[in-house]
Amino acid sequence: MKAASKVYMALIFIFLYAPILVLIIFSFNDTDTMSRSVFYGFSLRWYKRLFEDRMILIALINTLVIAVVAAIVSTVLGTFAAIGINGMGKKTRKLVMNITNFPMVNPEIVTGVSLMLLFVFISNKIKGLGLGLGTLIIAHITFCLPYVIMSVLPKLRQMDSNLYEAALDLGCTPRRALWKVVLPEIMPGIVTGMIMAFTLSIDDFIISYFASGTTQTLSIYIYSMTRKRISPEINALSTLMFLVIMILLVIVNIRQSADRRALRRKGTEGE
Amino acid sequence: MKKILSLFLVFLLLGSFFTVSVFAEDEEELIPVEEMPDAEKTGVTINVYNWGEYIANGTEDSMDVLEEFTRVTGIDVNYTTFETNEALYAKLAGGGASYDVIIPSDYMIARMIREDMLLELNLDNIPNFRYVDDASKNTVYDPENRYSVAYTTGTVGLFYNKNYVPEPQNWEILWDEQYKDKILMFDNPRDAFAIAMSILGYSFNTTSEDEWYEAAALLKQQKPLVQAYVMDQIYNKMESGEAWLAPYYAGDAAILVEENEDIGFVMPPNQSSNFFIDAMCIPKDAKHKAEAEAFINFMCLPEISAENCGFIGYSTPISAAKEYLDEEMVNNPNYYPDEETLARCEVFNVLPDNINTLLDSLWAEVKMGGPGDTVTLVLILAVFVLTYFAVLVYKRRKKKKEL
Repeated sequence: MKAASKVYMALIFIFLYAPILVLIIFSFNDTDTMSRSVFYGFSLRWYKRLFEDRMILIALINTLVIAVVAAIVSTVLGTFAAIGINGMGKKTRKLVMNITNFPMVNPEIVTGVSLMLLFVFISNKIKGLGLGLGTLIIAHITFCLPYVIMSVLPKLRQMDSNLYEAALDLGCTPRRALWKVVLPEIMPGIVTGMIMAFTLSIDDFIISYFASGTTQTLSIYIYSMTRKRISPEINALSTLMFLVIMILLVIVNIRQSADRRALRRKGTEGE
Repeated sequence: MKKILSLFLVFLLLGSFFTVSVFAEDEEELIPVEEMPDAEKTGVTINVYNWGEYIANGTEDSMDVLEEFTRVTGIDVNYTTFETNEALYAKLAGGGASYDVIIPSDYMIARMIREDMLLELNLDNIPNFRYVDDASKNTVYDPENRYSVAYTTGTVGLFYNKNYVPEPQNWEILWDEQYKDKILMFDNPRDAFAIAMSILGYSFNTTSEDEWYEAAALLKQQKPLVQAYVMDQIYNKMESGEAWLAPYYAGDAAILVEENEDIGFVMPPNQSSNFFIDAMCIPKDAKHKAEAEAFINFMCLPEISAENCGFIGYSTPISAAKEYLDEEMVNNPNYYPDEETLARCEVFNVLPDNINTLLDSLWAEVKMGGPGDTVTLVLILAVFVLTYFAVLVYKRRKKKKEL
């Protein structure tokens, strides 16, 4: 039974990581034909090419700018929206939650097309406005928002509502109580929401495709390579992105466990 | 005023070396692009929409064509890419994005002309148009060269694995039972039907519905032998030996055939094939027409065209560019077919609406298969529904028992 569960676990991990492994291996492929099926030997040429390729780098910068801005704005908006929703009566809260959840279950293509129609309509009305980086950021904020609300709201429900009132009793102004008591308490939810918004924004293709105008994100650029061939430069780029995210996660984990250890030490000293 | 002046200077600059050459006739000396002087920034950015991986971008010792263009003309370029003609069309028709230069293929240009989506070019601003070969001028889709200037050209041929397949003599080899499940086919209707049309001896642009039905019947007959309908996966499947026969664009064949001894590429002799042209156009809502024309003009410089085609692998429509290119490539009839072969080839033109609709439905039929497949689909659905009901009934019984 134990062996079976180990095999099952191994299978799951293979399922999750085999594609990434293949991607990483082929980013080092020494091929002239951009082969994705035959491995000719080790080389770093695609990494070199990646940094020479202005088009990919521009697309990457666009993607990162959009992701960072969209993540920050949607986190701020989403957090305050969640606090507001939490303070509502039971019925209105349910109603508002349903409305905010709707974009999540809505097919992406519908969201994409409707956003495009809206942007085109507005840009036709107001001269000088066109689709581009701005509309992309707005679109990304739109679809990230519900995810932020969804990850912040449970933290608010978990929080002891007496804490806030206690802060007021002890002389805090409501604003101060929000900054000093409520926000630190729900911080883990906010961070999760922000990370989620960031990754969703980097991942997104369909909505970006419609809202992009004459700006190009990485996902659109990669998709446009399919007439000829997706170049191993993309493998190299994905490998680097994977590594960066992995290192970030490891650092966050190490810091968290260090914090916990410090906390525990403090606890034992106090006794 | 300043803008106009600088533009004028740009044209003067680009034009300066061939005003001289008018007197020197064919013996002209072209100034290498590298030695062209820098221009002052015009502050104008043009939006260029091209195929993915379709311009020399400075990697692997190629020239960064866009950077050189900006340096020489002072015009900035916002360069973006698309993956199919249809995606390009959708983007333009959808509105919201205004481009100054687009590079669609032949039949899509015809459609855009018909739907009044393109601006007429002022060829006086594109003096380098004279370098373009006659084969890519006065085409079926743009008979008077009013809307488009050729960028690249190419033909369709056959990949084959030399270890398993003798050199193909005709398209019929794609229907050979011997190679069942080792055959790949185009995953787009125009190219796939062109092969069937070639076998039947009909025009690719025929307006006779019967001929399209006949071609569809032929493709349906081929379906059981086809391993997959693919586009760019052809490379991987051919290289790894998973497939032995595949039709594809000649320009894309170059790298694969050069690097892999087992793989050959041939255009079936004595049969027709598609000759395609991707050409530069200016859409109706372009905001910087003059600068767009400067861009088109720059792309027609033989040296630039050679850089691009060397990078892309497709053929240049500019003969003067050939001296900058690899000799082996230029002398290969697959990439630069002789006139006799070209005479056998046909360029796609736009089809009338009724034929387009018919083509779409016939293609769906070919790929979906006949009524046999529908039966299996219905069976699967029926089994699914039955299982669902069985589970439902079982659960209800259990509940009742518990009560």
